[in-house]
Amino acid sequence: MNSNLRLKIGLAILTVFTIGSLLLPFFNTVDPSQQGKYLKNLPMSSAHLLGTNSLGQDTFWFLVFAIRNSLLLGVAVSLCSTIISVLVGLSAGYIGGWYDRVVMLITDSFITIPILPILIVLGALVRGSTSFFSIGLILVVFSWAWNSRTIRSIALSVREREFINMARFSGMSTLGIILKEVFPYVYAYTVVGFINSILFVINTEAALAVIGLSNVRVPTLGSIIFWALNYNALFIGQFTWVVAPVVATVLLFLGLFLTSTGYNELFALRRGRV
Amino acid sequence: MATTVLKTQKLNKVYRLGGLFRRVRINALDDVNLHVENDQPVIVSLVGESGSGKTTLAKVILRLVEPTSGRAVVYDRLVAGEGDKPTRQDFMRAVQPIFQNPFEAFSSYRTVDTYLQTTATRINGLNQAQAVEVVSEALTSVGLKYDDVRGKYPNQFSGGELQRVSIARALIPHPNIIVADEPVSMIDASLRMNIINLFLSLKETYKTSFLYITHDLATAYYISDYLAVMYRGSIVEVGQAKAVLSSPQHPYTRLLLESIPATNRKWAQQPIALSDIETKEYQFGGCRFRNRCPLAKDICAQERPTAVKKEDGREVYCHFA
Amino acid sequence: MIKLNNIVATYTTVRGQVRAVDGVSLDIPNGIILGVAGESGCGKSTLLKVLYGDIGFPLTLQTGCVEYGFQGDDGLQITTSTIRQYWFRRISYIPQSSMSSLNPVVRIRKQFIDFLPPDRRKDQVLEEVRAYVKKLDLPPEALDAYPHQLSGGMRQRLMVAMATFFNPDLILADEPTTALDVVVQKGILLLLMDLQQQMKNTMIFVSHDMGVHYQITHKMFIMYAAKAVEFGDSNAIFESPLHPYTKMLIESLPTVGDDHLRQGVIGRPPSLWDNLRGCRFAARCPLATELCRSEEPNLIEYTPGHFAACHYAEKLS
Repeated sequence: MNSNLRLKIGLAILTVFTIGSLLLPFFNTVDPSQQGKYLKNLPMSSAHLLGTNSLGQDTFWFLVFAIRNSLLLGVAVSLCSTIISVLVGLSAGYIGGWYDRVVMLITDSFITIPILPILIVLGALVRGSTSFFSIGLILVVFSWAWNSRTIRSIALSVREREFINMARFSGMSTLGIILKEVFPYVYAYTVVGFINSILFVINTEAALAVIGLSNVRVPTLGSIIFWALNYNALFIGQFTWVVAPVVATVLLFLGLFLTSTGYNELFALRRGRV
Repeated sequence: MATTVLKTQKLNKVYRLGGLFRRVRINALDDVNLHVENDQPVIVSLVGESGSGKTTLAKVILRLVEPTSGRAVVYDRLVAGEGDKPTRQDFMRAVQPIFQNPFEAFSSYRTVDTYLQTTATRINGLNQAQAVEVVSEALTSVGLKYDDVRGKYPNQFSGGELQRVSIARALIPHPNIIVADEPVSMIDASLRMNIINLFLSLKETYKTSFLYITHDLATAYYISDYLAVMYRGSIVEVGQAKAVLSSPQHPYTRLLLESIPATNRKWAQQPIALSDIETKEYQFGGCRFRNRCPLAKDICAQERPTAVKKEDGREVYCHFA
Repeated sequence: MIKLNNIVATYTTVRGQVRAVDGVSLDIPNGIILGVAGESGCGKSTLLKVLYGDIGFPLTLQTGCVEYGFQGDDGLQITTSTIRQYWFRRISYIPQSSMSSLNPVVRIRKQFIDFLPPDRRKDQVLEEVRAYVKKLDLPPEALDAYPHQLSGGMRQRLMVAMATFFNPDLILADEPTTALDVVVQKGILLLLMDLQQQMKNTMIFVSHDMGVHYQITHKMFIMYAAKAVEFGDSNAIFESPLHPYTKMLIESLPTVGDDHLRQGVIGRPPSLWDNLRGCRFAARCPLATELCRSEEPNLIEYTPGHFAACHYAEKLS
């Protein structure tokens, strides 16, 4: 079946990346972000799988750590953001009334605030020395709002359906109805939203890093590209330095995308819509 | 004193449609006064076309909609209006619904037996083991076996079977009355009698009354004890079912009867007065049916008809009854 | 004469292919209203789609074809492959739900002239449309409205007007009144009968309600589990049905004033995914024998013009 193939490939890619980036670091004894550890600009060899860069770092190991960090950041931020948006969206949609209005007012404010300009301004103030943790926090703050609105709409439409009345007449409590009746309809969207969120986080972090606003000492996909650009990697023939992280990023995104759409189709199939 | 099965007093429900400029007032229920008393379980049918207010009345009785004004009492429990209302638990033990679309009545993410189990544990207050007994018994009384239902999702059943499961669920608390909102209109005509006959037998075995809301006069004739015909938010005729349908006295009831595609008599080829833009009719002063009524005179435009009581106990809302 | 030659129509789904119409052959005389009856899922709507020529994935016409009996602009007989270009002019279709067939953001009057023959002018046709709508006792203002502003009954009446405006040779109606109130239904059915009498064309009417068939059809065709089970004059079918399923269908309808006990048709039709042998109705039939379970009955003419697919048809009559 088409969707299963898509899902399988997506999950395969993600598994490789996750396990690779989580296990491989145990085989490494050197801190890859240490500059000047090796000779600069060495070509690819058995000692240095992707060569070394202009800072004297082993490109391959730096990439492995970068992928790990980006993934961890992505997953952690998405988890927080998704939990918040589900709680907010479900409750606002089902309970309604003034609670809904107040909550949506707050949510809408977060949606309309433009992320990038604010982050640029923030980044400019704390140039390059923000901790990884605060980057994560800022990303959570800016990513929960959008999904809240969608989940709220789903909750709103589900609330009007006949089986909610049946659930009420079966004696279920409001909380029970939200969790058992409304949530399943939100679940499929939540999983997909979660994966998309990871994409968004990695992307935004990379964008920030490339401009130099994230903590560029910590290896992430964005920081590799930042350093590579800074040292004009393409001009000096250091293709692996730039190409490797780009390829890795594209593959990672492909994996996430395939998994996300694969799950979407799987859920639709299960509900018998196909 | 006989038990009050259903009593509404001056029940009103007004909806306001439209946006800023064109606000339309729809009197979904307009001064509805209904009174059915009986010690035995009865089947009361509420008959009317779409827009008649029958579904709104059902929703008011099920406490899903608040009326704009008026009172409603079901089996001695106040469901709408000023006064002490029963707790939700007490109410749900007395009144249970069956909905029109069996596929919409269940969530496609849950197996249908979970609804029955939940009803048994939460409304009847039973533990798991006792609940299984009760659910099994309810399913048997609608002609299904628990083993055939266990663990299945709604899309694994046919419409008729699913509606039976719905009925079984409604029976679990042994309610005084089941409000069935067009329970067979989404089922093929040839399969409807299975469900309709079930209502009749359940009236005897479970001693449950039914409020049967429908636009199908034929099935209403078959099972009802009492019948109320509604048009645009008002009752036009109400009384003993067989009497009302064998000798209808309101022109609208007659129109309904003539419109049924029966299999014993062919229609006469005469033009029918169909309503134009229906929202206009809600704004009418006087009798709302006058534009389509063959008996209409000036008085019909000026005065709302009130209930005219007849010898056989029925009430007809017409100036010429 | 409209000829259906061994129509086999299949749906391709994730589970595989299922035959929604499994070998139906029929000769429909011109100038009548033919009713197609049967339970949900018997294949009647699919048959109508095949007749309309609305065949596209996942529906495929596996074998068979339809000969319409009237000629196209080129003088040649129209068949399934050429019918599409004559939509709304020589053949039209009234669907069950008007809301899903009318464009919600376009006024009704514009949708009338969606199917203009190439040689006609828009404003001229619009004039004729207004006159036509008036003739049918519909308020001409309705033409200037959007679909959602009108009631279901009004929309369906306008759909009828749209479908009959160009005076087609064949009109197909798929449960057009099922979702409507009984008074509106009667109005539309009388309108359809009247138009058919005037235009003298052929109408094929699908419904699961036998009462409707009794009132308006001249001939009837009953389907069960993708097969044909009975065909003949409506009066004959109602008076003395030959197939047990038809008899059950007729007897399952309650009538006002009739107090005797009625029973709905019991059981469920067989799943079309199963390997079906013999007569498909055998599992629910009170007359079924071993012969029925092993050998599939053919559609045989028992009395002139009255066909049934049952080994024991004569027992009933």
